[in-house]
Amino acid sequence: MNERSAECAWFEQAVLNVLPELVGTARRLTRNREDAEDLVAEAITRAWVNRATLKERERFTGWVIRILTNLFLSQRRSEGDHPHEALEVDEDFSLYERLHQPFLLWWSTPEQEFLDRLLREDLVRAIGVLPEPFRLVVLMADVEGQSYGEIAESLCVPIGTVRSRLARGRGLLQRALWEHACDAGLRSESPERRPSSHG
Amino acid sequence: MDNLNMMTCEKAIRSLAAYLDDELAGDVQQNVERHLEFCRSCYSRAEFERRLKSELRKLGKDEVPVGLEQRVRRLLQSFTLSADTVPKHH
Repeated sequence: MNERSAECAWFEQAVLNVLPELVGTARRLTRNREDAEDLVAEAITRAWVNRATLKERERFTGWVIRILTNLFLSQRRSEGDHPHEALEVDEDFSLYERLHQPFLLWWSTPEQEFLDRLLREDLVRAIGVLPEPFRLVVLMADVEGQSYGEIAESLCVPIGTVRSRLARGRGLLQRALWEHACDAGLRSESPERRPSSHG
Repeated sequence: MDNLNMMTCEKAIRSLAAYLDDELAGDVQQNVERHLEFCRSCYSRAEFERRLKSELRKLGKDEVPVGLEQRVRRLLQSFTLSADTVPKHH
């Protein structure tokens, strides 16, 4: 096998290995199966064309997922959307504070039981209803595992903006999970419950 | 061990998200870690956030539809066949 064939074979295998991640990420970003498939195909093509810019092959997964995400962002911008522009939302909701019962600390953990009962669909739905600027940072940080610096670069915003959007996005996400749990009867709403005190 | 200089719960909770994201400076990261070793309440909260984060991470992986896999295989084959394609150097 010559060098060129070896490179093709390596690239093909690397893409097939990472395909479930590309599909998952594309579906969460686009929220549409057909658009997700087109995005995956386009990202693979772009990765092939720019393969010489990949310095370390072991970093292929993160590299190709960033290509896919940046492609999605540039498509949204060219459609006239501005996914980087955040709404003014003040959200510091904490699911843990809603669920945690300090007097039960040694006997039971309602917050862990809540997570045990949480379905994948519940999380997908909760992320899906987030306003776009918050959805994007939560996806990039928590689903894709990108660093704050990488997110800031892709969205062309300062790192401080990434931090604040992430905090608010996570708050909104946890509120959506809580409201869904209440609607589904998994939890009974305890109005205005205050956070547990800390030492 | 000396607990007198330990970070307060309020400060630990404020730093928790960045701690779990591995985005704190080394010494602050260590201070949060040390606090969590001693404070059961904050440790319990950190475990909850860590588990929720790990559940979210799993959403980044989906089953690949057969049709898409075939489409990708055809695409990859076309790259291999285009023998005169030269990678771009930046």
